[in-house]
Amino acid sequence: MLSESSLFLKGVLLGSIFCVLMTMLGHIRMDYGKRRRHYEHHHLQAPDEDILKLAEDERTNLSKSFRVYCIILVKPKDVRLWAAVKETWAKHCDKAEFFSSENVKVFESVNMGTNDMWLMMRKAYKYAFDKYGDQYNWFFLARPTTFAIIENLKYFLLKKNSSQPFYLGHTEKSGDLEYVSVGGGIVLSIESIKRLNSLPSIPEKCPEKGRKVWDVSEDKQLAVCLKYAGVFAKNAEDSKGKDVFNTKSVGIFIKEAMTNHPNQVVEGCCSDMAITFNGLTYNQMYVMMYGVYHLRAFGHVFSDVLVFLPVNASDND
Amino acid sequence: MASKSWLNILTFLCGSAVGFVLCSQLLSILLEEQKDIQPSVLHNDPHARHSDDSEQNHLEGQMNFDADASQHKDENTDIAEKLYQKVKILCWVMTGPQNLEKKAKHVKATWAQRCNKVLFMSSEENKDFPAVGLKTREGRDQLYWKTIKAFQYVHDHYLDDADWFMKADDDTYVILDNLRWLLSKYNPEDPIYFGRRFKPYVKQGYMSGGAGYVLSKEALKRFVEAFKTDKCTHSSSIEDLALGRCMEIINVEAGDSRDTTGKETFHPFVPEHHLIKGYLPRTFWYWNYNYYPPVEGPGCCSDLAVSFHYVDPTTMYELEYLVYHLRPYGYLYRYQPALPEKMLKEVSQIYKNEDKKVNQEPLKEKHK
Repeated sequence: MLSESSLFLKGVLLGSIFCVLMTMLGHIRMDYGKRRRHYEHHHLQAPDEDILKLAEDERTNLSKSFRVYCIILVKPKDVRLWAAVKETWAKHCDKAEFFSSENVKVFESVNMGTNDMWLMMRKAYKYAFDKYGDQYNWFFLARPTTFAIIENLKYFLLKKNSSQPFYLGHTEKSGDLEYVSVGGGIVLSIESIKRLNSLPSIPEKCPEKGRKVWDVSEDKQLAVCLKYAGVFAKNAEDSKGKDVFNTKSVGIFIKEAMTNHPNQVVEGCCSDMAITFNGLTYNQMYVMMYGVYHLRAFGHVFSDVLVFLPVNASDND
Repeated sequence: MASKSWLNILTFLCGSAVGFVLCSQLLSILLEEQKDIQPSVLHNDPHARHSDDSEQNHLEGQMNFDADASQHKDENTDIAEKLYQKVKILCWVMTGPQNLEKKAKHVKATWAQRCNKVLFMSSEENKDFPAVGLKTREGRDQLYWKTIKAFQYVHDHYLDDADWFMKADDDTYVILDNLRWLLSKYNPEDPIYFGRRFKPYVKQGYMSGGAGYVLSKEALKRFVEAFKTDKCTHSSSIEDLALGRCMEIINVEAGDSRDTTGKETFHPFVPEHHLIKGYLPRTFWYWNYNYYPPVEGPGCCSDLAVSFHYVDPTTMYELEYLVYHLRPYGYLYRYQPALPEKMLKEVSQIYKNEDKKVNQEPLKEKHK
């Protein structure tokens, strides 16, 4: 009896030690991962705030030179968020089209005829390039859970030549592969999309269909193909090094900041020039529209290089 | 013998499993933050107030208006600064001992900094926070007492330090810059007060307590005087209604706080509740209380909103981020409000001087 209980207790002790070790290791790995990411990923910054002093019409022309085509990949189950996106931020794209896995009665969409996200993505890029390659110079792809501020995207793209192969967003690393996370939105320049489409279909390098066995996500798949075409992912940051494409919502960032740095919650949260947030609900899309395009403090004036007029037929801004 | 050693192994494994589980639970409690589940709150009674209401705290020092202006190089805050000097607002925040760390702290970290003077009012003094002690009891029924005493305190100590006197709850988010814009058209010597106007019970209407309300200097003087002469008494514990009744008795006008397009500026709920059609059910009291025709959806809320209510700590910071930080670059807002005439002259002076870089000193004076 005594030997059994002592054996049991020894087991408890071992279990606890093992658990502590694992937790510590986990934290170390996380920290290491963070540090590693910081030194090894590639990043691209927003233009410096005081760049050009331009005349009024020059500013208008410059603003019009960014033509952004938005690709939003949807499935029937996304129909509520789809509705919100359609009525809110998508109106700020120069053109926005919804690419769905199948025909949905309620809304107009381009039917990709497949449930496979990677195939949907690939076909959508091909469609966009074939049809609109000569009309748009930047291609922004998102899911309906994402909220985007296209004006801030255009500001970020200032001084970036679209005939260069740009592939931007919130990047993550999977082994050696640096890829843009689809949750934060993916930005491709016309050159990148051209290269993507001129790739021959070599299953090992750039598969036609998604691999069901390994379940590689579509954003990683895209990175693999683009890499093969000589296009590399870059993490987009503002002049202070903060991410401008975000895979989380404002609320999540705030909650994290309240825990991690409670004395600098808003300062530590997110970029002033944030382009995307992800994980929003239907209601939050409308709150963001109001918060971004309406709600502001009187008496705070900005002298911006670009000029964007409100869009037509848009109630929420 | 073999079965005994199996038993031993089993015992040992059980022990390690138990140890592992217990330890991981302990560690997760110690290390992880608590997840807040926010239930959607529909407040069934317009006069429902926060259950844990408490004491008063002493005076709060003035905060630096430009606390984060240095972050934004391309931001010009001259007009906002000018208004700060011209339209002096003293804010007092209704709170209590249990809520100082839970709620009032976040008010202090966000919008309270922008008042010309801010005071946290509690039933009990707290020198550290700091908070004023009003020497009342705790509880919902004490709200009007606290209000009366708070205004009395403000009147006795700070009457000359401000032109307008704003009352807010510790779950109200106030955008001071927009309040100053609203009030800049009015004269603090006039007997008037502003807030979210409700129509029942009081002929001229009364202002919702939670959405916050602001009294002119004259209104404050009359209010305090009224209690000295018994023109007004502690007639009920429903703070906003009782105050509204008193205002009518003493001939303080219930002002129209809507913006120049008719949109409401003081809000009794968070933006989501007003922006989403159907969020507030048709049977909800709100639809019958609003003085002006209530609007849901995008027309609900002014670009220059002044307040929101039932704002939890997370939402305080979110609003702070949305109002003072995140913006659409280069966007020409649809609503382009103007400054009142008397301010326009001074502002055009600012812009003239920007080019010449002369006489910048009085305008650029920082408030310490």
